[in-house]
Amino acid sequence: MSQEELLVLIRKKDERAFTHLYDMYSKSLFSVINVLVKNREEAEDVLQEVFVKIWKNIDSYSESKGRFYTWILNIARNASIDKLRSKNFNNTQKKLSSDNFVNLLDDSNKLANKLDAIGIQEFVKKLKPKCIEIIDLLFFKGYTQQEASEELAIPLGTVKTQNRNCINDLRNYLKI
Amino acid sequence: MEAKQYIESGILELYVYGLLTEKENLEIAELARENPEVESEIISIEKAVSALSSSFSPFHSVANFEKTKARLELNDGKVFDIKSPSNRSQYLSWAAAVLLLLGFGYQTLELAKSKQAVSETGDEKNKIEREYAFLDQQNKQTEKNLSIVRDIKNTSVTLGGQSVSPASFAKVYWNKEAKTTYIDAAGLPNPPKGMVYQVWSLKLSPVLTPTSIGLLDNFEENSQKIFAVSQTDSAEAFGITLEPAGGSLTPTMEQLYTLGKV
Repeated sequence: MSQEELLVLIRKKDERAFTHLYDMYSKSLFSVINVLVKNREEAEDVLQEVFVKIWKNIDSYSESKGRFYTWILNIARNASIDKLRSKNFNNTQKKLSSDNFVNLLDDSNKLANKLDAIGIQEFVKKLKPKCIEIIDLLFFKGYTQQEASEELAIPLGTVKTQNRNCINDLRNYLKI
Repeated sequence: MEAKQYIESGILELYVYGLLTEKENLEIAELARENPEVESEIISIEKAVSALSSSFSPFHSVANFEKTKARLELNDGKVFDIKSPSNRSQYLSWAAAVLLLLGFGYQTLELAKSKQAVSETGDEKNKIEREYAFLDQQNKQTEKNLSIVRDIKNTSVTLGGQSVSPASFAKVYWNKEAKTTYIDAAGLPNPPKGMVYQVWSLKLSPVLTPTSIGLLDNFEENSQKIFAVSQTDSAEAFGITLEPAGGSLTPTMEQLYTLGKV
């Protein structure tokens, strides 16, 4: 099912669409949520929250404003941050910056799709540390270029080009 | 900015990440609609980060999926028609009842058929048994007759047709030791109603002396036409005449059908 077909069905509130939606995006979003919300149980709650919001707020999404994936990615990040705020984490940013998405590997026995994922995980381990950091901050944690520039102590102008180079390495590996 | 410059700048990645301002977003979205190269680049970036993040996803339980569905009141299609389960089950019970009845009917019909088949088979069996008994009897008769005909001690006398019925013939098997006499009357026509064949042993000299040795009773019913008659000690010839039912004391010579000398 293509994304376009999926969107049509979600808008019709076709229940089959929910299963497809969940299959297609729950892993991606769950890893983002887990990078932000360290607690597994809380991350699962947030994941539920995110899919409920996607389903209920689908009418507020418009293709003219951007990608559907981007929209749900923002919902996931925002829901995670809301969760952290509700838990009164005062030094959220500091705590977050101390580790990154690769740390999810430490929890390796709990990784979903272990076999499919091994290749890409191994590849990511070989990525330049700068790449891991920059992808972690921008994609997973949703830092602005400005925030990332400060965090990584690199010129603002090079943030997005460095990120692009890292993503290109990944795309070469994935042949995308 | 040219499409190429957009692509190389790395802004499309940030577009996918959702890090651009609303103004920038609209700009890129419009560009993507107009430019297939930009569109496909965006899709590739999306696939790459989606694959990357998916591969790092910790395990999350199926229960979580079910809980989410429950929160959305999505319940395997039942959400669309709350009445349908009861209707369906009612319909199903009726359907089941009808099927059961049909099943009963069918079974009853089959039972009747089977019973009929059994009874038919029984009739058939009886018929076959009767036929067998008949054939067995016939067979025994044939064997007996054959043993009569084959008996080496027999004196076999062929009786030729006479003027009243030239085509007729008969045979006499006369066993002097066992003192038995059999007539093979297969060459005689069926006697007219109320008439019967009578077998005579004849002495030719000094005077022709006929002695009745028996009637061929139930001629038509005797399919093999072998008849036992009384024994005779001293026959010089045998003759068969047609006589009124019950027989006669003396042969009616005008109705002599067959005659033969020993």
